[in-house]
Amino acid sequence: MSVATVTVKDFQVDYPNDWCPGCGDFGILNALQQALAGLGLRPHEVAVFGGIGCSGKTQYYVNAYDIHTLHGRVLPYAIGAKLANPALTVIAVGGDGDGMAIGAGHFVNAGRGNLDLTYILFNNEVYGLTKGQASPTLPLGAQTKSLPEPTIQSGINPLMLAMASGYTWIGRGYAFDIRGLVRLIQQAIRHPGLAFLEVLQPCPTYNNLHTKAWFAGKDRGGLPRYAPLEPSYDPVILPGTDEATLQARMAAFIAEATRSEEPIRTGVFWENRAVPSLGERLVQRLPNYLSEPPAKKAVADGHGRPVVDLEPLLAEVAIR
Amino acid sequence: MSANVVDIAWRVGGPQGKGVDTAAGVFGRAAAAGGFFVFGRREYYSNIMGRHSYFDIRVATHPVAVHRNPVDILVTFETETLVRHALAVAAGGLLLHDAGAADVPIDRMVFLDPPLQEALVSHLEEAGLPPTTAGLLEAARRRGVTVLSVPYGELAEHLTSTLGASRARAERMINTVAVALSGALLQYDPELIKKGVALTFGSSPMTELNQQAVDLAYAYARETWDLEALPLRLAPRAERPVRLFLSGTQAVAMGKLAAGIAFQSYYPISPATDESVYLERHATVPTVDGGTSSVLVWQTEDELAAVATASGAALTGARSATATSGPGLSLMTEGLGWAGINEVPLVVTIYQRGGPATGLPTRSEQGDLLFAAHAGHGEFPRFVLASGDVAEAFVDAAQAFNYAERYQTVVIHLLDKTLASTLQTVDPFDTSQLSIDRGLVAEPAENGAWPGGFPRFRPTESGISPRPLLGQPGGMHWLTGAEHSEVGRVTEDPTTREQQMEKRMRKLEVAAREIPAEEKLQVYGDPDAAFTVLSWGSTKGAILEATQRLAAEGVQVRHLQIRMLWPFPAQELAPFLATAQPLVVVETNYSGQMARLLTQETGTKPDHLVVKYNGRPIAVNELLEAMRAILAGKAGPRYVIRNPFE
Repeated sequence: MSVATVTVKDFQVDYPNDWCPGCGDFGILNALQQALAGLGLRPHEVAVFGGIGCSGKTQYYVNAYDIHTLHGRVLPYAIGAKLANPALTVIAVGGDGDGMAIGAGHFVNAGRGNLDLTYILFNNEVYGLTKGQASPTLPLGAQTKSLPEPTIQSGINPLMLAMASGYTWIGRGYAFDIRGLVRLIQQAIRHPGLAFLEVLQPCPTYNNLHTKAWFAGKDRGGLPRYAPLEPSYDPVILPGTDEATLQARMAAFIAEATRSEEPIRTGVFWENRAVPSLGERLVQRLPNYLSEPPAKKAVADGHGRPVVDLEPLLAEVAIR
Repeated sequence: MSANVVDIAWRVGGPQGKGVDTAAGVFGRAAAAGGFFVFGRREYYSNIMGRHSYFDIRVATHPVAVHRNPVDILVTFETETLVRHALAVAAGGLLLHDAGAADVPIDRMVFLDPPLQEALVSHLEEAGLPPTTAGLLEAARRRGVTVLSVPYGELAEHLTSTLGASRARAERMINTVAVALSGALLQYDPELIKKGVALTFGSSPMTELNQQAVDLAYAYARETWDLEALPLRLAPRAERPVRLFLSGTQAVAMGKLAAGIAFQSYYPISPATDESVYLERHATVPTVDGGTSSVLVWQTEDELAAVATASGAALTGARSATATSGPGLSLMTEGLGWAGINEVPLVVTIYQRGGPATGLPTRSEQGDLLFAAHAGHGEFPRFVLASGDVAEAFVDAAQAFNYAERYQTVVIHLLDKTLASTLQTVDPFDTSQLSIDRGLVAEPAENGAWPGGFPRFRPTESGISPRPLLGQPGGMHWLTGAEHSEVGRVTEDPTTREQQMEKRMRKLEVAAREIPAEEKLQVYGDPDAAFTVLSWGSTKGAILEATQRLAAEGVQVRHLQIRMLWPFPAQELAPFLATAQPLVVVETNYSGQMARLLTQETGTKPDHLVVKYNGRPIAVNELLEAMRAILAGKAGPRYVIRNPFE
């Protein structure tokens, strides 16, 4: 069988889609499919894990191994699979409620490992599938249309939380900037560690504040409210980067990630290549981790007998 | 008791962190090295340092799997152990206490809970003795206990001056001295005590120093006491077959390794953590063909993540498990349902402790059976296994993976704190007796063979359908916690729902039919006796021994131990239930959880329910008392074992 070129069609599925018309999810799905094809990955080499909510349906529409997990748990399921089969390309997708509220503990702790996977957070500031309640990223005082009162709690800044948690690649895109998003997703997947991509996304049904028109700046002469980071912004930390440079880059990161002035920046905010990936750390611990990862571990011989020799362990507790 | 039969119960206590466990390990290994069967029971507080802990080591010429009261030898170093356990020493027994300790009134002992203080004071008052430590010692003497005052302070100084040990080290070595004094009092071979030291301390420089302390203690005992006048003897046995001496958590870990576990996740929790720590310490082991084999042990941020990562790993084909206790199982519940509906082979090892909530974190209870059998919203098939002793813990831990992969679902392996910390001599585990069943794994064709997705969940006669592993070419399908079609597509179609529900649940019916009866139920004692004791889990040892003791008295008892609690072996039990008279259920919980399952699944109610729920395991003498009360017609339908002194 000749190896055919992978195209975006290979990652598309003929399956009825039930997102609302105009949903930002469409842009992200489209970008994800293009990104995977553009990287030359074959569908069976990819596992897409989704959380719960509208965004958690993304993997329904991707031709790959697709796993719809539990609310908030998308990262732990994805981590388990990637740890056990490091050859898989693992993408986790989920909403802002899924990742920043019910799954926030997992989001933070995932940062400690630097496992080579990509987490895409769909941020539309509301719980869409339950009809528009405030999500943990909705700013204090904002009142989207389902809310009886403006929200009385502050919003979380996902980029800042990712930085504090140790994510080694941090980016932000916009759902309908598909070309930009394809590039960002590909960079995130190529990054040999844990990548976090926040995607700003309109919810046409429940978020009447931050709409597609608002992002496009329709109210201000078509000047979009999002724009790439300035070319002078350098997110890269290399092995051996000195402390002063590191501190300066972190300061710049914080300035851009938290800026209240428009435009909202998109692009690669942080790319730390100085931290060994979890896979590299595991190889130090388990010498055959890559040659015989958990998914491929030999368990039984041809007769269904265990292949493990327990003798040294038994000797430790044997009374002779 | 004939001259050849030995059955000695030895207890050592002290503040946590002061070497009580080490002392018990030395004594236990020393006894095992002399060819004896040894059983060890550990009790401790949820505390790092300072609270009272104690360890029972029972040494016998016959297999023992339970502790007993009273004990024959009590080793104390300080007042609290003395006060808590002085009443537990048998007539003719020995009690070692610190010669330098002051006489303390019991009502001044703030470390004792009021009910225990009151029980001790009233006991002494009834005997006309002062309510002090001196009163307790006098009570022991009057009972026929030999009370031996040991000048621990002087002995520690002696260790410093003779062996050059630092004061701090000498104080720790007092544990070894006390073990050696016990050996000397039993006239046990000091070389075997030294062997116990070597087996415990290994190649550390502590071995030699502690062995010198053994000699010093033996010399002191011989000079100080008239050993010939003392009643107890322990003479090494001629036959000394190789045995293992290990804990329940170690046995489970070894069982998992033998079964080829590739991934274990956990969040630290008592009393489950020891198993995962052992696995991580032994993460790479050799294979029979000279290679190596590894398990990835992954500590998660909580039990929600523990069950999720193990499930994610299982989807790739790794034999995966997680281990926790009741509070962790509460958090894992959502993940059990996900594994159930996605037909993920997942092993969940539960070490039950006293509940609810934080409950009794370091004490034992069979309190999670009904929870394990029902945990999760909705309905999905699961297996619940329970081990009765250390040897079963090994076999069941391995077998759990076979059930999980054959039937592609959740297997909950129930143990408890008692088994977790039990130390027991067992015959060496034989991995060649284990078989591995990986179940139906798909061998999908290359890309394109299944254009609409691989029919992962296609209904079959057995309910089991071939399982592609994440990453396999051509095996792509969808997995979702929602109801789904045969390729894993979300659906709310009523017919598909029925088909998928029936497919999943059918697996349990098939399992109930094809799993051999002996894997579900074991029969001990006299299989034809009418007097029937039904149990599950760690009460096995007490029941086995009580059954044997009653048989020696001419009372025949049949003991049925349920190993597979779900699916409940109603059919296998039926003939026994029909002839049981009376039917006695023994459990360490309040409500008789297995008795409830029994009634639910068979319609049979036990005539007597024997329960203990103070967080401590049932001693053989306690169970004998209960069974004798039942035999004498003096027990009601509910018999509660109580013991304020544990």
